[in-house]
Amino acid sequence: MAIIIDETKRVLIQGITGREGRARAELMLGYGTNVVAGVTPRKGGQEVLGVPVFDTVAEAQEKAGPIDISVVLVPARFVEGAATEAIEAGVKTLLLVPDRVPVWDAMRIADTAEKHGSVFIGPNTLGVLSPDRAVIGMMGGRAESAKKWFKRGNVGVISRSGGMSSSTAYYLGRAGIGISTIVHVGGDSVLGLRIPDVALMFEDDPETEAIVIFGEIGGSMEEDLADLMKAGRVTKPVVAYIGGKAAKEGTRFSHAGAIIEGNRGTHAGKVKALTEAGATVVDGFGDLPEAAKAVLGD
Amino acid sequence: MARLHEYQGKAALKERGIEVPRSGVARSPADARRIAEELGGPVVVKIQAWTTGRASMGGVKMADSPEEAKAHAEAMLGMKVGNFPVTELLVEEKLDIARELFVSMTIDDAARRPMMLLSLEGGTGIEERAEAVHRLAVHVREGIDPAALRGAIEDSTIEPTLRDAVIGAIEKIVETAREIEARSLEVNPLVITGDGRVMAADCRVTVDDYAVFRHPELGIEIARELDHPPTALERIAYRVEEADHRGTFYFAQLPHDPDDPKLVGFHGAGGGGSMMSMDALTNAGFTIANFTDTSGNPSSAKVYAAARIILSQPGLVGYFGSGSGVASQEQFWSAYGLAKAFNEVNLSIPAVIRLGGNSEDRAVEILNDACRPLPAVVEGYKKDDTPAFCAERFKTLVEQAGARIEGTTRAVPGFVGSPGALSAKIDRGTLWIDLEHCDADTTAFVVEHSFGLLKDENGKPTVAVSEDELAGKDSELIACEVECLRAGRPVVFVDIPIEGLD
Repeated sequence: MAIIIDETKRVLIQGITGREGRARAELMLGYGTNVVAGVTPRKGGQEVLGVPVFDTVAEAQEKAGPIDISVVLVPARFVEGAATEAIEAGVKTLLLVPDRVPVWDAMRIADTAEKHGSVFIGPNTLGVLSPDRAVIGMMGGRAESAKKWFKRGNVGVISRSGGMSSSTAYYLGRAGIGISTIVHVGGDSVLGLRIPDVALMFEDDPETEAIVIFGEIGGSMEEDLADLMKAGRVTKPVVAYIGGKAAKEGTRFSHAGAIIEGNRGTHAGKVKALTEAGATVVDGFGDLPEAAKAVLGD
Repeated sequence: MARLHEYQGKAALKERGIEVPRSGVARSPADARRIAEELGGPVVVKIQAWTTGRASMGGVKMADSPEEAKAHAEAMLGMKVGNFPVTELLVEEKLDIARELFVSMTIDDAARRPMMLLSLEGGTGIEERAEAVHRLAVHVREGIDPAALRGAIEDSTIEPTLRDAVIGAIEKIVETAREIEARSLEVNPLVITGDGRVMAADCRVTVDDYAVFRHPELGIEIARELDHPPTALERIAYRVEEADHRGTFYFAQLPHDPDDPKLVGFHGAGGGGSMMSMDALTNAGFTIANFTDTSGNPSSAKVYAAARIILSQPGLVGYFGSGSGVASQEQFWSAYGLAKAFNEVNLSIPAVIRLGGNSEDRAVEILNDACRPLPAVVEGYKKDDTPAFCAERFKTLVEQAGARIEGTTRAVPGFVGSPGALSAKIDRGTLWIDLEHCDADTTAFVVEHSFGLLKDENGKPTVAVSEDELAGKDSELIACEVECLRAGRPVVFVDIPIEGLD
């Protein structure tokens, strides 16, 4: 098993006819993802790389069959509209790839999703990849690279950074550690699935034996994960690296979520919370593979 | 996050029906006296600065006369808060305050919705009195739950006749936050005056950076949180970013001394990878002059502009580029942008660039090869080279070179602007080809490396596509220019001047 995505999931791409949509469709199809339909308003009837395009999500569901996951690849200011359409059409899992989605839009999407019992990953996410099975989003960039870089195994990776999710999984693979699923939760402050939510999914996944986290300063996701560990709800071993040790309060380093405000979200606070909860927190990013090996008992 | 000054926030509140004190903004002592005269009676003079505890630093003073207001203004306009000089003061009628409340709307990341902190005791030091604070959930569309809000007010000692007015003001604060898409909006205090009016006496507002484009009325110049006023270079960089939305480009200068012998320009790719790479540079003993991030599949032109801007900082002893190391984007586009910039400024300080990820072999080959003739050593690295290793290698090169630059300017080839050259407009610039030096071989080479944009016509290169198509192909044209450089046939130049630098 894996979490969120595997080769059986039926995937829709919203915005498939755009530059990004087309490029990511190529990656997903090439990697083995079951992309069954695309949606772009007023472009219904076309095909992109053999995938049929429809005007609406509802029409795609009706003609191409039920959709498990929609990957939203439209410009940031249209994400709310596209996500709302998919949720209202009954899609239960969404991946919101674009960067720069306004935070009030994200909160309204969260409200709509909650009402309809849907979940979403992102915004501002590189995606989710289960090695040798399927990918949603743009992780790996090209199918042949993704196939080379990511090895299947029993460690779940959760990252707040897109680039570092690939990087973390790649360096683990090079050290002989395979991955069940890599999840980039997104770089924004208001996210659909947060690190603790994904950790709970890994906890329930029989194939996952340990969880590796690439955390960052800002927000409270790492602290919330520590609370779940203390409460006994996440029992699998957790290994973490927290980036941004050198960052100062008040200056943001690219990710909207990576800003320290007051005493909240500091590097030291996160390291302390996770360590006290029993996680292995490494000081250098390069130390992650060894620490993962240690908790796996290899 | 884009922050508003107190007076800007109050204007937004007033527009939505929340009462605020009568006031004016003073930019000189004379202004302050005039405003105090117009207001009549005692006034408060407040520095407009993004900080807490203004009163304790002498940034809030009462004045009984216009002359006194002017004297306060003289002292305050010379103040500095952090790195920001005080340039604006708010001169306001002094209120007769009977009671102070604290109202703060923020975003609860974990709950994915807004949240209100409300203290009906209010005043300063609220952060230390957590037990007196109500936490009320705010619905993203419907606002605050009326029953919960009324419950909190009914439980308080606020006079019954004033409760509706307080509730009304709080609801309007939430509405303001929603309309201007604030990430946080704090009114501390919301006051009840002796004559029973409810007024916002102070406010702090941050607006969502990503929503600023929908709010031109707020007049936010740079939607970016910085701990200093935007520098000249940051303004230049911001204009580049705004003009080209292909990929991300961030540029922020970090406080530094240009005489620091360990000062380096930093060029990251991706937020997480950049932070990790900066940690590696810091561990190797360097001082980082700037934070830069070009990622999300940026155009070569954007990477080029970023490099030029980084290299215009005086005092650099080296240039370090590094992101996640396993980039999903095609890295050769970045290599072309860097190679062009380094060649234009004839780079004389060492550069180490970690180009790991898709097409890393090609990217490293382009960079190393195109930069070989330069006075400086330029080395590209791949995903199996760790940031720590690259930082150590960089350290060695910097020590060997012992070079330092006073900023750089670009050199433009002689054929640019000459009547014998081919010129074609592209987005944000011009393509130039030195036809005079295009013999049959060179023409064939240029055409071959033009991604089909150029063709051979009577032995000279000419544009093969429509003006519109060519205009958006700046990355391909930069690639063509760099390939020509590598081949020793420097006949192509993509002129993309950076406003404010060139």
